[in-house]
Formats: sequence, C-alpha cells, structure tokens
Amino acid sequence: MKKSVFFGALAATTLVAGLAGAATLDDIKARGELLCGSNTGLTGFGAPDASGNWAGFDVDLCRAVAAAVLGDANKVKFVPTTGETRFTALQSGEVDLLVRNSTWTSSRDSELALDFVAVNYYDGQGFMVKKDLGVSSAKELDGATVCIQTGTTTELNLADFFKQNNISYQPVTVADDSEAQRQYLAGACDAYTTDASGLAASRATMPDAENHIILPEIISKEPLGPVVRHGDNNWGDIVRWTYYALLIAEEKGVTSANVEEVLASTTDEEVKRLLGASGEMGAKFGLDNDAFKRAIAAVGNYGEIFSRNIGEGTTINLARGLNALWTQGGLQYAPPFR
Amino acid sequence: MTMATDSPKDGFRLSMLIYDTRYRSYTIQIVVLILFALAVAWLLNNTVQNLAARGKEFNFGFLWQRAGYDIGQQLIPYNNDDNHFRALLIGLLNTLVVAVLGCIFATILGVIVGVLRLSGNWLVSRLMTVYVEMFRNVPLLLWILLSYVILSEVTPQPRDFRVTDEMIAAGEEPAASMMFFDTVAVTNRGTNIPSALFERGLGTLDLGFMSLNLDFWAILAVIVASIYVNRRIVHSARATQEATGVRPVTWWKSILVLFGPVIALIVAMGFHLEIPELKGFNFQGGILVAHSFTALLIALTLYTAAFIAEIVRAGIQAISRGQSEAAFALGLRPNRTMSLIILPQALRVIIPPLISQYLNLTKNTSLGIAVSYLDLRGTLGGITLNQTGRELECMLLMMLIYLSISLMISAVMNMYNNSVQLKAR
Amino acid sequence: MSETHAQTVGFTRNDMLPPLPPPVTERGAIKWLRENLFSTPLNIALTLFGIAVIYLLLQSALPWWLNSVWNAESLSQCREIVAANAGPDASGACWAMIRERWHQFLFGFYPPEEWWRPVLAFGLLFAALAPVLYSGQKRSLTILLCGVLAYLVLTLYLAGASGVVFALALLLVLGMLGLAQVQPGKLLWFTLLYPALTFWLLWGGSIWSPIVAMAGFAVLYGVFRLASPLIGLAPAAGAGVVAAVLWWLYIDVPVVEMLQSALPFSIPAIASDQFGGFLLAIVIGVTGISFSLPIGILLALGRQSDMLIVKWLSVGFIEFIRGVPLITLLFTASLLLQYFLPPGTNFDIILRVIILVTLFAAAYLAEVIRGGLAALPSGQYEAADALGLDYWRAQRLIILPQALKISIPAIVSTFIGLFKDTTLVAFVGLMDPLKGVTQIVRADIDWKGIYWEPYIFVGAIFFLICFGMSRYSMYLERKLKTDHR
Repeated sequence: MKKSVFFGALAATTLVAGLAGAATLDDIKARGELLCGSNTGLTGFGAPDASGNWAGFDVDLCRAVAAAVLGDANKVKFVPTTGETRFTALQSGEVDLLVRNSTWTSSRDSELALDFVAVNYYDGQGFMVKKDLGVSSAKELDGATVCIQTGTTTELNLADFFKQNNISYQPVTVADDSEAQRQYLAGACDAYTTDASGLAASRATMPDAENHIILPEIISKEPLGPVVRHGDNNWGDIVRWTYYALLIAEEKGVTSANVEEVLASTTDEEVKRLLGASGEMGAKFGLDNDAFKRAIAAVGNYGEIFSRNIGEGTTINLARGLNALWTQGGLQYAPPFR
Repeated sequence: MTMATDSPKDGFRLSMLIYDTRYRSYTIQIVVLILFALAVAWLLNNTVQNLAARGKEFNFGFLWQRAGYDIGQQLIPYNNDDNHFRALLIGLLNTLVVAVLGCIFATILGVIVGVLRLSGNWLVSRLMTVYVEMFRNVPLLLWILLSYVILSEVTPQPRDFRVTDEMIAAGEEPAASMMFFDTVAVTNRGTNIPSALFERGLGTLDLGFMSLNLDFWAILAVIVASIYVNRRIVHSARATQEATGVRPVTWWKSILVLFGPVIALIVAMGFHLEIPELKGFNFQGGILVAHSFTALLIALTLYTAAFIAEIVRAGIQAISRGQSEAAFALGLRPNRTMSLIILPQALRVIIPPLISQYLNLTKNTSLGIAVSYLDLRGTLGGITLNQTGRELECMLLMMLIYLSISLMISAVMNMYNNSVQLKAR
Repeated sequence: MSETHAQTVGFTRNDMLPPLPPPVTERGAIKWLRENLFSTPLNIALTLFGIAVIYLLLQSALPWWLNSVWNAESLSQCREIVAANAGPDASGACWAMIRERWHQFLFGFYPPEEWWRPVLAFGLLFAALAPVLYSGQKRSLTILLCGVLAYLVLTLYLAGASGVVFALALLLVLGMLGLAQVQPGKLLWFTLLYPALTFWLLWGGSIWSPIVAMAGFAVLYGVFRLASPLIGLAPAAGAGVVAAVLWWLYIDVPVVEMLQSALPFSIPAIASDQFGGFLLAIVIGVTGISFSLPIGILLALGRQSDMLIVKWLSVGFIEFIRGVPLITLLFTASLLLQYFLPPGTNFDIILRVIILVTLFAAAYLAEVIRGGLAALPSGQYEAADALGLDYWRAQRLIILPQALKISIPAIVSTFIGLFKDTTLVAFVGLMDPLKGVTQIVRADIDWKGIYWEPYIFVGAIFFLICFGMSRYSMYLERKLKTDHR
C-alpha cells in the first residue's frame, strides 16, 4: 500500500517530462519558475539566510534572468550543487542555468558541451599567507603547505604554477571554503589558495584580518560566469543579454531606483531600446519588450549588485578592480544594444 | 517444487504452463528473464540515447590522459604528469591502506573494549559503555569531521618546535617537542614519521607501465620465505611430537628463521632511518602522514571498534559458564582456558558479524570525502570525474572496484570462517 | 565442669551479643570501592586510567561549557562576551547560533507557518506504527496513543497550528483511542492510509492527489477480484497490476484536476527543496525503510527460491548493493540516474535519493529477513506443506508472520544505520542536518568560523533518537526471546 504514494508522487507531482535542451525558454514559461544552479553556500556570492531566502552576487543574476523571463525576480528555485554535481545538473536539465562561480575553460566548452555566455566576475587565483611568515611573493613558498579546495580548477593551476617555478609544495586538500579557512587559521597550512575574491571574503571575516596578506601573484585567469547547456542558442542569448543589460544600465546610470524616471525622461536611444520604450528588442528574444527593464528594476544594475553583495562597504569589501566598467579601466564591456 | 502431482493423462495444453506445478516454475523463470532482459535493454537504450544527446561517448581512453593534479599522500610514486589511471591506483591504494589499518586497529580496540565492558571494575565498564553507546548512535560522518577538527586544532604548529638562539640563551624549552626519541613530530598539518632508507638499495625496476621498488619486494619475498620455512619447522616438530611424544625445542630456530634473514638483508642494504627535521616552513625528510588520513583512520577505528566491542561481548557471553568451569576442573590455568576453550568457541559466534563490520569499514572509507582524503572516490570519483566530465565511466568503474574489494574481503573471510566453524557430520 | 563453672561465675549472658558492624574496609562506600574499583592491581591501574581520562575530558571541555553564551547576534559578539566575562584567553561555546538557527537544523527551509504539518506527521507516525508493534494489545496501544495525544497538544500549540487543525488532529487521535478500546485490529487501516496522509501533509497541494493515487490500489484489488474467477489467480494479479499502472500513468492526473476543480480543497504546496535538516533525514529514513520492506521481503524470498534465475537475480542485486558504499549510490542518484532514464525525464533530487536509498535498504533488509526465515525451524515449513497450503499461502499465513517478528530487532538496527547514513546526502547537495545545514549557517557572515556547536547540537539529537531506538530494539529482543522459549 505504501507504494501508492511513491507512484503517485512519480506520476502526479514530480515527474516533469519534456525534452531538455530543445526550448528551455518555453519550459521555463510553462513551469513558471527558473531553475538556477547555485552554490551550497558561499559567502557573498550565493547562500540562503536564516529564513531561507537566497542572496548574493551570483544569486542576483539568476533573479535578474527570472525577472526578465517571468516578470518576477522571486520565481527562481535555487538548486544547491556541489563541485562534482554542478555540470551534470545542468546537462541533465535539472537546472536551466548555472551561476556558481564556475571558471570558463576551453575543455568545459568543448568536452562538457556547455556554453559560458558571459563573464560576470573576472577573478584569478591568489595566495593568502600570515604576515609573520615573512613571505612577500608566491615564489618564496618553496616547501610550503598549501590548503586547496578539491573539485575546482585551482588544483590544476597550483600544480602548474609550482612546476613552472620549479619549487615544491605539500597540498592539503579541504572540502569547502569554511573548512579551508579553519585549517589556515589553525596554522595547518602556510598558504591558502583560491580565487582572489574568495581570499578577500575569507580575510574579511577573520578575527585578525590585519595579520594576513594576499600575495601579489595572481597565478591564473579565472573568468567566472553563467553557464547554459550547449545547443539552445536563444536561451543562451537571453542570459547573455540580461547580463549585458545590467552592465549597460550601470554604464548609462540607470538604477533600480530611477529606472521609471529615466524611462520617462531619457533621450538616449540605447537606453530607450534597453528599457523597451523603442524598438522590439525584447520580442526578438521571445520575451516582452520591457523584460530588461524588469530585470534592472528587480535587482539593480551591475554596479548595484556588486556593491550590495561584495563591494566596498560590505563585510567582504572587494574593490571593483578588473570588474570595473571598461570606461573606468576595468574589463566589463557590453556590446552595443541595438 | 515441493508438491508432487499426478501426471495428467491427456496431452499438453497451454494452460498447463500456469497451472501445472511441473511447468509453472519454468514459466515464471522465463517471464522474469524476459522482463529482466527488457529492463536491461531499456536502460541501455536510454543510456545510448542520452549519451548521443549530450555528444558524449563511452570509452575509458581518458584514463591515459595526463591527470595534472597533485595528491598529498602517495604510496607509490606519482606526480601531476602521470595519467588518470595512475591517479586511480594511488587512490585505490589510499583506500586500501585506510581499510586494512582500520580493520586491524578496530579489531584490537574492539576486543579490548568488549572485554573491559565485562570487567568487574565499575568505573571502567561504565566508561566503556558510554564510549560504545556514544559511537554507535551518532553518525560516522560526525566523528570524522570532529577528529579532523581536533587534530588540526589541538596539535602544535611546526614553528612551535623551533629552538631559537634567544630561547637557548634564556634556557627556555620550545613550545612543542618531538615524540619517541625525537623521531616523530605531530604538527597541525600532519604527522612526520621517520622513513626507511637504504644506502645500498637495489633500485627500481622499470616495467614500462609501472616501476617496482626492488627493496620493498626483496624484503617482502624474504619475509614470505622465512614464514614458509618456519611453518615447515613447526610442522616437522609436530610430526616428531606425534611420533615420539616428545616435542623438540624449536623456538630458537623459529626466531632465527623469522628474523635472521630479514635483519641480514636490511643490514646488507645499508638500512638507516631518515628522521624528519624542521627546515623552512615544515619538517623535511621522513614521511608526512596527512591529518585527513589520520582523522579518517581514527574515526573509522573508534566507530567500528564500538560495534566490534558489542560483537565480542556477545560472543563471550554466548559461551556458557559450564565451559570455563569444566576447563578449571580439568586443571587448565585461566589463560589456557581462555585460549583453548573460550576463545575458539567464541570466535565461531564472533566471526560472521565481524566480517560484515570489516566490509562496512571498507565501504565507509569512502566518507573520506568529508575531510578531502584522496582515496578512490576522491581521485577517480572526485577530481578525475570533475576534470574530464566522464561521470558514467568514472562512477561505473568506481562501483566495480568497490564491489570487487568487498567480494574479495568476504570471500577471504568466509574461507577463514569455514575453517573455524564446527564441521557438521 | 559446666556446673561448677555456672556457679562460680556470677554473670552469664543470656542474650546474643549484637553483631559488630563489619570492619570499616568491608562496608559502605569503602567496600564498594574496594570491590568495584580497587580489587586487583590491574583493576587499580584501570581505575586510575579511567579517572585520568575523565579528568582530561573535563579539564579541556568544562571551561568551554561553563562560558557558554546564549544571547548574541554573531560569533564575534559571542567572542566579545566570553572575553568580557572570563578574560581574554578564555574560550566559550556560542549557543546563540543554535538559538537563532535551530529551526533550520530541524525543518530546513520549511515555511514557519506550516511547521505544524511535519510536526503532526511525525506524531501520527507513532500512531501508525502502534498497531504494527502492539497488534491487539489494548493497554500498550492506549498508552502509546495517549503519548501521541500529549505530544500533539504540546507541539501543535508551539507550532501555532490553527484551531481547525488542532481540533481535527485531536479528533483523529481520540477516534483512534476509542477504536483501540473496541476493535484494535481495525487500527491497521490507519497504518495503510498513513503514507498518503503524510505525503499530503508534507508536500501539500490538493487533497485529491493522494486519494486518487491510493485509488489505484483499489483498482488493482477490484480488477484482481473481478478477473480471478475468470482467468485464475496469477494472471488476475498481473492484470490488476497493469490496470493500476495504467491508472497512475494516464487517469490519475486528469481525475485529480477534475476533482480539484469540482471540490477544491488544498493546503499550500511545499517544494522538495524547502526540506532540510532533521525533517529531511527522517523523511528519507522512514520512507526508505518502509518502501524497502516489501522489496526486501520479495528479495529474501527470491534468494531462497528454488527457481535458479530468480535466485541468481536476487543474489546479484543484493550482493551488488551491499558491495558498494552508499555514497556511490547517492552519486549515482545525482549523476547517473538521468543517463538510465528516457531522455528528458527529470525529477527532483530528493525523490531520486529516496529511490536509491530504498534500493540500498532493501538489499540490507533482504539479508535481515533471510536471517529471520533461516531462524524458523524447518518443522514450520513442513507443517505448512502438510496442511496442503500453496507457496504464497504458506508464506503469508505461516512463514512470514513469524520470520518478520523475529527480524524486528534487526530491522530496527538497519533503520538506525540508515538514519545515520542519511547525513551522506549532503554530498549531493541536499541539506542534511550535519553538513548541509551547518555549511549554510557558516556561509552566513555572522557565523562564519563556528565549528563545534553545530556538530554537538546535531550529534546530540542523533544520539537521542538512535539511542532511544536501539534501547527499544533491545527491549523487543528480550520480549520476543521469552516468547519463543
């Protein structure tokens, strides 16, 4: 008798059949919910709070896409994924979109059949050491013990770096960021290596932040960005241009607070197109014309997202650096919206 | 089938396939076989379709690609230029070493705790009960995480071992010191133990796909040979005893045969210990045993020992008092009673559940994931899977390996069990 | 001699001397200490060792416990309070985290206004188990149901359930109490309905979906009864199963929609991803063990069968599942299951994990039940054959009831093991109480760097539940043993 619930559950509620990959947009609209692959919990980038609301830099991009596609930034279901399960979750259609500080690499594009549609955070792998170790460059770390998270690109970069510089190290593999921080603080490793943003976030929450330094060497390029399945180009375009819309909004000074005002008063044609006041830009993606306006209104422009979650003034206190707009010396550059 | 039916006189009808007990079991088996084959075909078909849809293929060629990552604990040489298969081997050896050591330690500890739980000492038996209940009723994962935290929080940092000139001048001792005659250093990043080195080693033999450490194999061969010779000596002593009633004295022969050749060999090869020394950031030299290994081993040992203690206790309690009383009546001393009367009988009760504890322990080594211990799951099912994206191949291969290990353990232990069990005649 | 003596001695004691108290070393605490702690040199050494262990444990942990902080906003505030109270170098527990986040450890992200639902389902679980554990024993049934009643009154009040819910739940349990007095056997119907009820309570949605899904079994039974006179038992059973599967696949959903539009009654639907903490552990554990019971029985019978193919398939399945670690099966659920199912099939990870955990538990239960079957004296099988019962009747009426009864303690042990193993679901991204929720709590910048407290809290709850169950299973074992003497 107990089997009934099982089959009932299979048949009635949870079995969502439909060819994944063919038309993600239609699936999402039919479902009324965006499935967004997220981290199981990474400070500043994506973690649920005490009441279960997800917040963070990556999470806000998911919300922006949901606002653009479904008109409601809260119609997102966040699916926590681990380093091992994230790409499979995407490939199998368990999530529509993966925004989980994943590095864009050639083999992930080709071999894993994924599409990285944009780079929402330019990062690089760095080292953090205690000040009293007396080390000022990563090349002085010969023989050091290095804490490193498994299941990421960082372990490959680390191996390459030490090999190139012909110095040795002892890896201490750790499962996640908070474990790494504990090990590092306890002195179980001399250096902690991960993306520089993660290092900064860790350092910010340490009781004695002034005693730790991040070494100047950035040993890798870590372009982190949203990922979609290979083969559904329209869906990839939607995610890509939602992200660019947030960038353009920052460039043009459109914020979540003033978006209506700007819409009414602007004379800039690109802003008009962006906000759906002229042209049929949204419709070309299969969305409403004011889709991108909704995204901006819901989560704010790129600068707002950055400063709200990880920017200067928050506990994590990251500088914009490479992630400043191209007009301010950074790398964030959106193609023209026309 | 148990029921016999009179064979019907009339000819074969189709319905007899269902109603006639002679044919029914064949019908059922054929139906089951067809259903099973259909299910397998369905799964295979789905897999092929899914692989095609994702543009993937099913082959194990990726195992020969460069791995590119480093592994902290290696029992055989490995560096990041080696291929994924080599990494798999490293992981497999790491799994096995934890499993074997865990089984040994858990058995020793479990037997001690099981006996102490029955002891007349109120305090100790209570303490053992608390230990057993605590470990049996809390998830193993928690013990692994906790022992890892304890190891890295409680142990000193390498720099605490440092003796500076000022300290010598002030007559101070360093905050931490090495153990066992300054040969073992426990720091919060691992345990440094001395390693064995040979001045006149035999070198390595390169077989192309892998290289053999000849020192290790030579010692192993000598040990195996001496054990064999010793068995022959004991055997002939027993034969003499049975023939003449007098057992020749053989203990000195045994000691000579067991230890002489090995000692001679390692002296000949120029054996010395390399003792870890504090240099730069860390202790250098010797072997570094990572805390992820130690924590996993400690947690597995303590957890499994709690179960083994219960098994041992039940085994001893299952032997009736009359057995030991009868032994005393025969004039056997207590330790002879234990070794000749109680233990052989208790073993019959103990061994079958002990086998399943060994199997559990071996399977539980996969929880090393919690402390990022790079065992089979960490290399093949972790980093390799992640870097190559071949989840189907990696997972199937991993399950196959675990399955073979389990089957081998249970086969070996069952053989031993059969040799101990009463032979029913 | 005695006479002269009697005369010469002026005083003869007529009454016995009162016995002297035993020497000081042979009585009271000292005797106890000598006997139990210091009887032999070995024992003295052991005792000293025990005292040393206790001293070390207390010395390292006691200050930390004594400096506990219960009210704080964040870990750094905790540290400040400890430093202010006990000096700068003192360490102290920061239970304020538990105070703020306890609900995530228990319910995950289940919405607070709906907490009454898991709470109610948990209470009714015992009401559903009662008829199985104490079939026909009025007194035990009444005691257990009264316990459930008291639990529900307390927890539903704490969870802030509405008056209607309160009244309905109490009515239900009171009704069961009444039924227990008159016809305790009928209570089994509640056990059979409980899975559907719980599914509806936990996941919510329309009340019609569990009812219509249960109706599939009615269809199965109806077809079986109608067809068995026409085509015989075995084909009728097959036809019934086919009909039920057709019902679930094609008729279920439209009927639910129709009924829901005609007679709408539903509670808010809660998606699986809101489940977490001990709620998730219990849901996976309990569904795993209860679904696996029928599969386990079939596998155990299959393994003992005379039919070679059935036997080898059962053995292969059991040995395969028992030979690989649970964690690889969980990874299979999360990574491989999509490969094996038709392209595009996708259902949520909790259900996939439950399926794999069910298969895992089924293999272990099959071995447990096989043990129970083997423990039955062969006279029972022979007696059943002598009565002329066919295979299924013999199993149903004679063999299984006894074999299952013998196996109950081992089934409870399997459940304890499974329940502890539910913590492993953290590795496929689910929020188990031990690692999943702890990681989420630590990702909060306020609690980043907290280590011991969540582990101790979760470990204590696990200990309470598992220890309680293991004691219960020992009690059962003793009780069942006397029955069989």
